[in-house]
Amino acid sequence: MLQARDVTFAYGGGRGRVLDGVSIDVDRGAIVGLLGPNGSGKTTMLKLLAGLFQPLSGSITLDGRAVGSLPRRELARRMAVVPQETHSTFDFTALDIVLMGRYPHLGAFELEGANDLAIAREMLMATGTAGLEGRRFATLSGGEKQRVVIAGALAQAAEMLLLDEPTASLDLGYQLELALLLQRLNRERGMAMVLSTHDLNIAALLCTHAVLLKDGRVLARGAIESVLTEANIRSVYGVEADVRFHDRARHVTVVPIARAD
Amino acid sequence: MSRWSPLREPTEISVEKAAASPRSGVAGVAPRLALTLTVFLAVTVVVCLLAPLIGSTPVHLSRVFDRGIPFAENVDAQVFFIARLPRVVAAAIVGSGLALSGVVFQALLRNPLASPDTLGVSAGASLGAVLAITFHADVTLAGVPAVPLAGFAGSVGALAIVYVLAAARRRGTPGTALLLAGIAISALLAAIGRFIQYFADFTDTFRSVQWLMGSLDVGGYAPILAALVPLTVALAGFATLPRVLDLLSIGPESAATRGVDIVRAERVALVSASLSTGAAVALGGPVLFVGIIVPHIVRLIVGPEHRLVLPASALFGASFLVVCDLVARTILAPVELPVGIVTAILGGPFFLWLLFRRVL
Repeated sequence: MLQARDVTFAYGGGRGRVLDGVSIDVDRGAIVGLLGPNGSGKTTMLKLLAGLFQPLSGSITLDGRAVGSLPRRELARRMAVVPQETHSTFDFTALDIVLMGRYPHLGAFELEGANDLAIAREMLMATGTAGLEGRRFATLSGGEKQRVVIAGALAQAAEMLLLDEPTASLDLGYQLELALLLQRLNRERGMAMVLSTHDLNIAALLCTHAVLLKDGRVLARGAIESVLTEANIRSVYGVEADVRFHDRARHVTVVPIARAD
Repeated sequence: MSRWSPLREPTEISVEKAAASPRSGVAGVAPRLALTLTVFLAVTVVVCLLAPLIGSTPVHLSRVFDRGIPFAENVDAQVFFIARLPRVVAAAIVGSGLALSGVVFQALLRNPLASPDTLGVSAGASLGAVLAITFHADVTLAGVPAVPLAGFAGSVGALAIVYVLAAARRRGTPGTALLLAGIAISALLAAIGRFIQYFADFTDTFRSVQWLMGSLDVGGYAPILAALVPLTVALAGFATLPRVLDLLSIGPESAATRGVDIVRAERVALVSASLSTGAAVALGGPVLFVGIIVPHIVRLIVGPEHRLVLPASALFGASFLVVCDLVARTILAPVELPVGIVTAILGGPFFLWLLFRRVL
């Protein structure tokens, strides 16, 4: 459904390509992990997929239509994005932030109705933040903010979710719970997802597919088990890792052992 | 705070479930919008009716609206409608225009310090007026004389330069680029203005200094009607913005992924804000402080939502400047103070009190 073909991109239109010939396919119901070291172009790729940047060359299409040419409102009804961090300039409450997710569903002068409020509350509940609804967003912890923003993205009722480092500010417990929530959304609503992450074990737990980036190029792609190999991890991160299937977790796990020299 | 547990509680994430009950926050906005508008509108109407009663000649409201006396013989009504009301209406319009632009600039740039002053708008207006005064420009357009015309052109022109510069260097957040360009252009235009003043004739310099301090003595209804033209266009633009400004609060990219057309919103916001600032400055001069302080005061009272902040700021800006102008023309009567001095002297401490009342 979401396709990137041979995408190249450079900031400011100049040299120094951040992405060079990257192709990604996100099929209905897939969870695709964007993996790679710092500065490999993961966040940039997510922003291109979200239509926030235009590729220098190549194409990004959603069901055959160029993402950059879709009206933002229409795109927002189909694709929601959770950035790495969110700040609010003014003193909105958590519920206010979630209700902003209803924007693409409302007419120009329409006020949020009972249905929008019900959806917002549902999503606060789903992300375990129902108790925070009246709290000022700015006073929440990093993990709480992250979950409130995810609730807002879910309130968009989109069929696709892009997440930039969704577990980076969460403790171990919330990391697992977020992963399980995303899995459940994927299973029950068929939501497709693309997420960038440094956490290879979360990727192994969650993702059906992965794209491994290095210096803006695709080093490996395919089913998650075929991407997370000791050889790939060595060549991308320069780390000797022990990769094996974990019987209780029921997915592969990556344990870094030493710097590879 | 309770942990959420998808493991133990496999609730279906269906949408039409939870029972709705309106509350504070964006939800249940309609009743709060009605309440806010009623209160702020009532205050504005009362202030605008009372202000013209005060002055060297006492006027009684009951006599002003006494239909038994013909207008030609009703001195109270004449003083009220001819001598004082134009000035009050001008103050209300200037206050609204500056406050509305302040709200929009702050939300658009995501910066509490943004205002018509920091974006070069006031400096542009001032330069235009100084040029018109010094070179005795003798142009009128639809009855509007050269100085307000030049002030209007200067403010809109300065913002256009700032916007083009910021747009050409589209990196990082557009807000920062706009603010930096605004500060640089402000300094440049102000310097040119002072250069001209330095070599100008003394009486011209005095006139332009007086204009720069702001004066609402407009002398009749014609300048008000002229200012209403750009202001009406601006109001139409502002009407489309409240929810967009709310969403911009979480960042332009987040707003875009929630469905906001950022480029269009930015254009509508900047064009409307520059028209409304231009109209206000042309009518009353660059009255200091209103554009930056009124939005903050209103946010402290009604909260962050722009559906409330925009109309409330328009009304509060109007009341605020009417009161300031009343003080300006009565406190040292028969001497009239420039209204810009009063806005800063009254507004500064009031704002500080609002900010720190929870701490003190």
